[in-house]
Amino acid sequence: MALKGKDILSLREMSAEDMETILSTARSLKEILSRPIKKVPTLRGKVVCTLFYEASTRTRTSFELAAKYMSADTVSIAPSGSSVQKGETLADTARNLEVMGVDVVIMRHSVSGSCHFLAKVLDCPVVNAGDGMHEHPTQGLLDIFTILEYKSKIRGLKVAILGDVFHSRVARSNIWGLTKMGAEVAVAGPSTLLPPSIENLGVKAFNRVEDAIEGADVVYSLRLQLERQTKSLFPSKREYHDMFGLTKRRLALAKEDALIMHPGPMNRGVEISTDVADSPRSVILDQVTSGVAVRMAILYLILGGRE
Amino acid sequence: MHVSTVEKAEIMDQDQIRRALIRIAHEIVERNKGLEDVVLVGVQRRGVPMARRLAKYLAEIEGREVPVGELDITLYRDDLTLKADQPIVGRTHIPFDVAGKKVVLVDDVLYTGRTVRAALDALIDLGRPQNIQVVVMIDRGHRELPIRADYVGKNVPTSSKEVIHVKLTEVDGVDQVVIAEYE
Repeated sequence: MALKGKDILSLREMSAEDMETILSTARSLKEILSRPIKKVPTLRGKVVCTLFYEASTRTRTSFELAAKYMSADTVSIAPSGSSVQKGETLADTARNLEVMGVDVVIMRHSVSGSCHFLAKVLDCPVVNAGDGMHEHPTQGLLDIFTILEYKSKIRGLKVAILGDVFHSRVARSNIWGLTKMGAEVAVAGPSTLLPPSIENLGVKAFNRVEDAIEGADVVYSLRLQLERQTKSLFPSKREYHDMFGLTKRRLALAKEDALIMHPGPMNRGVEISTDVADSPRSVILDQVTSGVAVRMAILYLILGGRE
Repeated sequence: MHVSTVEKAEIMDQDQIRRALIRIAHEIVERNKGLEDVVLVGVQRRGVPMARRLAKYLAEIEGREVPVGELDITLYRDDLTLKADQPIVGRTHIPFDVAGKKVVLVDDVLYTGRTVRAALDALIDLGRPQNIQVVVMIDRGHRELPIRADYVGKNVPTSSKEVIHVKLTEVDGVDQVVIAEYE
């Protein structure tokens, strides 16, 4: 229950109890988003720093709004226009930010494990906003939060995660989080995009997406991460869509009330067809709203005064 | 975090709690000359069932429903930086606009006044009420802020070593107010 002062680095390392605390706090805090004046004074005087070495719209905005709705001050650092361009090391950049009074550093970086490294360097808490192909714990939590809003439970649900699992930190965080809370997770995609021995994480793996979708309560489509792919792992985007894309026809195999999810940004017509993305069963925009509530909960729980 | 206490005496029983709330309901009607624009807001947790009971008594007296909201004040506390761990955030659910309303704020115990201060800030963030009135079951003194209650179930002089437990059936399975002392 004691999250104060802790780093949020991965769902693999997070206890189910801490996950529950974050989720239930987020449930209470979500109400603030529907107010005409979206501001509570809770984190007045705290400074939240976002340090993003990779592009982001949703995650960074979500963290910054979460901080602002709770009255924290925010600073955001990007490599362009900062000393990173002059060759400053990550540790030096972060230490400098810390001695200026930053209370938490939220980092996204292309190198897996970089947030764990940063957490060792800094005294203040570090939140992982996506590290390479490793984890994106706040995304995993907001996805679980979204599923809970509709299904009221995780235990026993069948969740199908489709597509580029290999490059996906979102997939890894969801697998750790969902299996810890008792869901049955199946992953499916071309064998070039499924990590070998993925079953060791406690999931079923398929090459035909139909096999994973069959009877699913939640169908989670992953973004094809072209920016991380150095060699050709599939023939063409069109063929990928035909073979592995989430289409209306394939979705018909899932439960009638199955939720459709995607972490964004979507490649429409590649991993997900437009009619599925915009269908009434799609909760893709709910995921974004949930993200603000979950990040408010995390900032509230890890910040607060020093003893 | 749990501090154990020893119960010393019962201050109110079920009948006394019921009579106090009925009396307060009458006072609310009298003071507001009816129930026009009156809304009840219970402070989590025990203020909420108290507010619901008051709404029931008000309906019996005046024959009209008074809206009831739930307010959690955790995010407005002034001691968050002093606590070892962050307190659990409860639910805020105010299903009406507080602007222009006579808001009757309901809580179990009035002590330092800091909870009421936090509740006032929380309410005013939701809109601009016409006025705010405060109901408490027990006023135990020792104010640290210039705050007073408009309606009091019972005034109980206490020492700062003592603690008041207001127990309500909805939360605690029994209606009773007891005075206890820290071990």
